[in-house]
This record gives sequence, C-alpha cells and structure tokens, in this order.
Amino acid sequence: MTTSASTPAASGAPTAAGRQGRAGLSEGARQERRLGLLLCAPAVIVMVAVTAYPIAYAIYLSLQRYDLRFPGQARWVGFSNYWAVLTSPFWWQALWVTVLITVVSVAVELVLGMALALVMHRAIFGRGTVRTAVLIPYGIVTVVAAYSWQYAWTPGTGYLAALLPAGSAPLTDQWQAIGLIILAEVWKTTPFMALLLLAGLALVPGETVRAAMVDGATFWQRLRLVILPLMKPAILVALLFRTLDAFRIFDNIYVLTGGSNDTGSVSILGYDNLFTALNLGIGSAISVLIFLCVAAIAFVFIKIFGAAAPGGEPERR
Amino acid sequence: MPRGPNLRSRWLTAVAALPVLASVLVGCGSSGGSGPVALNWYNFPDDSGALQEAADRCGQASGGRYVIHYNKLPRTADGQRQQLVRRLAAHDAGVDIIGLDVTWPAEFAEAGWIREWTGPVKEQATADTLAAAVQTATWKDKLYGAPYNSNTQLLWYRDDLVPTPPRSWAEMLAQADALAKAGKPHYVEIQGAQYEGLTVWFNTLVTSAGGTILTPDAQAPSLGPPAVVAAGIMRDTARSAAADPSLPNQMEDQNRLAMESGTAAFELNYPFVYPSMKANQPELFQHFKWAPYPGVTADRPATVTIGGIDLAVGAYGKHPDLAFEATLCLRDRENQLANALKGGLPPSLRSLYQAAELTESYPFAADVLAALDTASVRPQTPAYQNVSIAISHTLSPPAAIKPESTVADLRGQIEDALGSKGLIP
Repeated sequence: MTTSASTPAASGAPTAAGRQGRAGLSEGARQERRLGLLLCAPAVIVMVAVTAYPIAYAIYLSLQRYDLRFPGQARWVGFSNYWAVLTSPFWWQALWVTVLITVVSVAVELVLGMALALVMHRAIFGRGTVRTAVLIPYGIVTVVAAYSWQYAWTPGTGYLAALLPAGSAPLTDQWQAIGLIILAEVWKTTPFMALLLLAGLALVPGETVRAAMVDGATFWQRLRLVILPLMKPAILVALLFRTLDAFRIFDNIYVLTGGSNDTGSVSILGYDNLFTALNLGIGSAISVLIFLCVAAIAFVFIKIFGAAAPGGEPERR
Repeated sequence: MPRGPNLRSRWLTAVAALPVLASVLVGCGSSGGSGPVALNWYNFPDDSGALQEAADRCGQASGGRYVIHYNKLPRTADGQRQQLVRRLAAHDAGVDIIGLDVTWPAEFAEAGWIREWTGPVKEQATADTLAAAVQTATWKDKLYGAPYNSNTQLLWYRDDLVPTPPRSWAEMLAQADALAKAGKPHYVEIQGAQYEGLTVWFNTLVTSAGGTILTPDAQAPSLGPPAVVAAGIMRDTARSAAADPSLPNQMEDQNRLAMESGTAAFELNYPFVYPSMKANQPELFQHFKWAPYPGVTADRPATVTIGGIDLAVGAYGKHPDLAFEATLCLRDRENQLANALKGGLPPSLRSLYQAAELTESYPFAADVLAALDTASVRPQTPAYQNVSIAISHTLSPPAAIKPESTVADLRGQIEDALGSKGLIP
C-alpha cells in the first residue's frame, strides 16, 4: 500500500500497521456507507414526509395562538401555550392518571404475560390452539372490545354490573373507572406482551436450564437466576413497547368514560382541546409535550437497555 | 419470472381504476351546466326516513332545478360539530345546507361559515315560527338560520305512584323520598352525566330561578344567587333518595330505559320517551303521564331550555340562492309535520301545534307549546362549546357540588372559556 510510505518513521510498527489497516478499511467502508445511505434514502424521504413534517408543523402551531374558527387572528405567542398547559391543573391531573394507568397496566401485563409465555412455551400438545386462543383479545378491535366492556359494566344492560351490589355504577366513579380502564387495557394487550416474552424464552438455551435442574435448582430458582437474566433484553424491549403504547392510551378511555370524572389521559386532553375547543395552539402544545414524554420514556429505557446489553459493560452485581 | 405479469396486471388494474376514482370524486362536487344542481344537506342521522323523504319531495317540487342529497352526520352532537367544522374550516364548497344544533349558530356565524338570511327569505323563515327558536338562530341581531325542529323537556311521571305531579323540585324530592320509604319505585331520572345534558339542566334551573349564565352582551358570566340556588338543587337531588345510582353517567337514553324498566317514578326528558314507552312497555304506558317541568319554587313556572335544529346555508356553496329556497322547502309545513309524526321531533311552526294530525299522536302538544313559549335559550356566544364544557365539568358529579364555591369556581372557568384562554378539561 502507498499509504505505508507516508507514515512517519518515528511511529512504531504496530501503530503503522494499525493505521494502514484502518485507512484501507475506511476506503471500502466509505463506499459501503454511501451505498447504504443511497439504499436508505427512499425510506428516509418517506419518513420525513409523513412524520417529520407533521411534527415540525405541530411545533410551529404550538407557538401560536391559533383558533381554527378565526385563522385570520392567528399570531405568535412564543412559549405561552406551554406555560398555559404546564400551569393548568387539567394537564397535571391527566398526566397523573396517564402515569398511573401506564405503570399499573404494564406491571400487571408483565406478570401475566410472563405466565402466559411460560405456559405457551411448555405446552406439549395443542400448542397452536393455545397460542391462537391467547391472541384473540389482541386481535379484537380495541373500540369494539371497549364498547363490550362499557355495556357490560353499565347497570341495566351489563352482565358484569349485575354481579355487583345493587345500585353500583362502576364507570361513574373515578377510582373504579380507572381500575376498569386498566382491566380493559390489560385484557387487551397481555397477549402482545406474552408473545414478545415467548420470543425471549426461545432464546434461553435448554441445556442451561437442564444443567440448573441437575444442580437441584427449584422452578423459582431457575426462573429467577437463569431464565430471567437471559431474557432481560427481550423483557426490556417488551416493557419499552408496552410503556410507550400505554402512555398514549386513548380509545379505551374515549369509549369507557369519555374522560369524565377525571379519568382522561393526556391524549384525551389533547384531543378535546384540538377538536372540541378548536384551539390548535394549546392542542399542539399538548401534543408536543406528549411527544417529549414518550421520547423521555424511550430514552430512559434505551439507557437501561444499553447498560444491560450482552457483551456491553461488565455486569453490575 | 412468474411474478412479472402478475405484478404488471395489478399495476394496470390500479391505473385503470384511477379515472373511475376521479369521476367519483368529481361527482361529489356540484354538477356541471346541464341537469339539476346538486345541493348537499348535512343533518343529524334520521332513522325514520322523514328527512330523506323531505329531500326527495323538495327536489321533485323544484321542477328539475335542484336535487337535495341528504348526508347523515355522526350520531353525537360533538361528532356532528367536528365534521362540520373540519369541512367548513377547509372552505368545502360541497356544504350547501347545514343542520346546526341550536347552540352553534353564534360560533358558525362569527367564523363566517354560514350566510345571513335577509329580505323575503328571512320573512319566510320567521313567519309563524316560535320566538325562542328564532332567537337561537339570531346572532348580533342578524338571522343566520331557519328553525327546523324544536325540542324541550317535560316532566313525565307514573300516576299509579304519584297522584298529583309536583310543581317544584322540593315537592318532587319530597314525593320521591316518601315513595322510597314506602319501598316503591322512586328515582327521578335526569341527565347527570358530564356532557351537554348537564349544562341543559343547569341552564333550566338558573333561568327558572330568575338568573342567566352570561350577561346580556355575552361578554362575562352573570350567575349570581340564582346560580347558587340552581347548583344547590342539583346537589340536593344527587344526594337524595331520588337519585338514580347511575346519575353521574346518565344521558337521555339511559333515563328512558330506567323509566321503562320500572325503577323510576319521575323522568325529565324530551317527548321521544312517549312513543318509546308505548311500544316497549304497554302496561306501564297506562300510567305514563306528563306535566310541566317543575319550577325552582312552586309559584313560578320553570323556563325550560330549548333544543332543536336550525338550518343554515353554508358560506362556500356555489348556489346560495337555490340553497335558501331548498331550505325553506325542507322546513315547510308539510315536511315539519312529517318529521314530527315519523321522526317524533316537535316542529318549530306554531300553528302546527293546533293541527289535528299532530295532537292525535302528540296528546301533550299543548304542554310542549306552552313550555316552548316560555323557553330559555342557552348562552349565545361563539365560545359556547368551551363555556358548556366548563359548566358540565365543574358541576360533575352533581353530588360533589358545594353551591357557593362551585359557582365561584365556575365563574373563573367561564371567564377563561369566553377569552379562549387556557385549557378545556
């Protein structure tokens, strides 16, 4: 290679070899990268068109006082929409409800999903039937399922309300309604969690588990000390997906309570301000804040995920 | 290789479909020079067929000058408003005639989405029409709609349980309490969910107590002592034996179902409950009677909130003259009568309340007319939706109302809503 001639004589042989190797690689890598970029370009252009533009437009709208009814009166107001949202008790109430629903539903789904995944993993006969049956709730359209829950819990029309003491209307009470929203959410998306965890279970080598069995480990010891640590990446991915999804909860609440009695999530709040109050400025500010929350959740998870990735930093004990 | 021709034929199909799609899209707009002009009428979804028949009849009566396409809006009022707002904010030229809830004309007029009615069409739209209904279509002393149907609530009760109907809320709650102690059906069915119906209840009580929600110029909240009285009645009802346990989630239809299931003694609701009771519960129907809405005090009749639809002409339609003419036809005597008989909606023409065809199936027509003659109108402001949400949110659930402080809280929220400031819950 010609590059070796230009290497300063003062540097040691290993360094020269290293540089020579890197320079040679970078020539090919550069071409490969260019090809890679070209291959990605169409997808990137489509992504920019369908996501970056609306996001940028939402940020632009969030800095204006903009009423859909009076577009002529639109004007710049800087960050005052964000100030209005962040000082409003409605935002903090909705955020609190959203966080509560997210944390409780994802936690319950993780436990149930793990149990279902173990059942599906160990099922010897009827494997296909079991997996199909578990998937049914996830296959039902959320709004349809939500309506059947709503009817079921309404006194007079519902079989579940009939099981409760006479005179109770659970969807009219804040705590009970939030509980039922979480129940509907858990019922609906546990299968999704279970599927992701099942994929993780498949990664656990059978001989490792059998070795633990030979050593006399009980089921709980095997689960806690062998299976779960090996599944950690899959669990984190499942948690990340479900947390992002749960935080944006809209349809279940929209159908079950419509957000009444302080059961609305941040998405319901954004929807009401955008489409009922027709306040594009405030509504966009809420959307941007939801986006930032989601980004923060993803950031936190990926940080944890990165720290726990196999072959990464040394295990923390 | 086998994929080649397959893919190509799929492409060809897609390309071939384009002109068809384009022609469908063009067909949605107004028609060209030849043939009758197509007018699009957007109105609430009607299952009785009365609206479609009216559209057909008016098209035929025009002698080939126009045809009316009846487009059904979503079922909920919020859904209807959202669709109309989206179309009109985008200057949709395909919106010619619009069925507006009586609370929307101020907003749509201020936004410039609907045309003013002037001259002879204005005279025809207001002749023989209920004054309160005309009031709902009026904004800043200009007329923006022709009242289509009206609506108002009566007190429905069971005369096997209640021999004499109550004249005031206090009397009604006392009667319900006595029935409860006797172990008989005793609920008072009223709209207590957090939605427009709760605002209607509050508006009826505030005006019946002699107050208003907004000042006459609609620039500030009025409220005051009448609002405290109204909030007190709502709280007392929700905490008394009269309250259905589902009160904080009940709308008109749940009220109807509860009355038909036999658990209630009183119901404050629109006249649609009458034919429904007749069809669903013939035995209870024998004892299903009506009376004027109870007042805040026994000596002063209630001023019940008026409901209904005003027909407006869209600002961006290409044929406003034909649209005005068609609107007047859609709301003429014959079509209103058909809508009342088939669709069960009270007309906006005064003289129809004396028509024999109507009183036959509407034995309560005189009481509805009396209620409409003294009816109150909900606050007229372009910010009505925000004001209404502020009201229904602050007063929900009714059992948690603390009259003085809740009304004080409401005042601040209405001020924000009128200024389009802050968030809506």
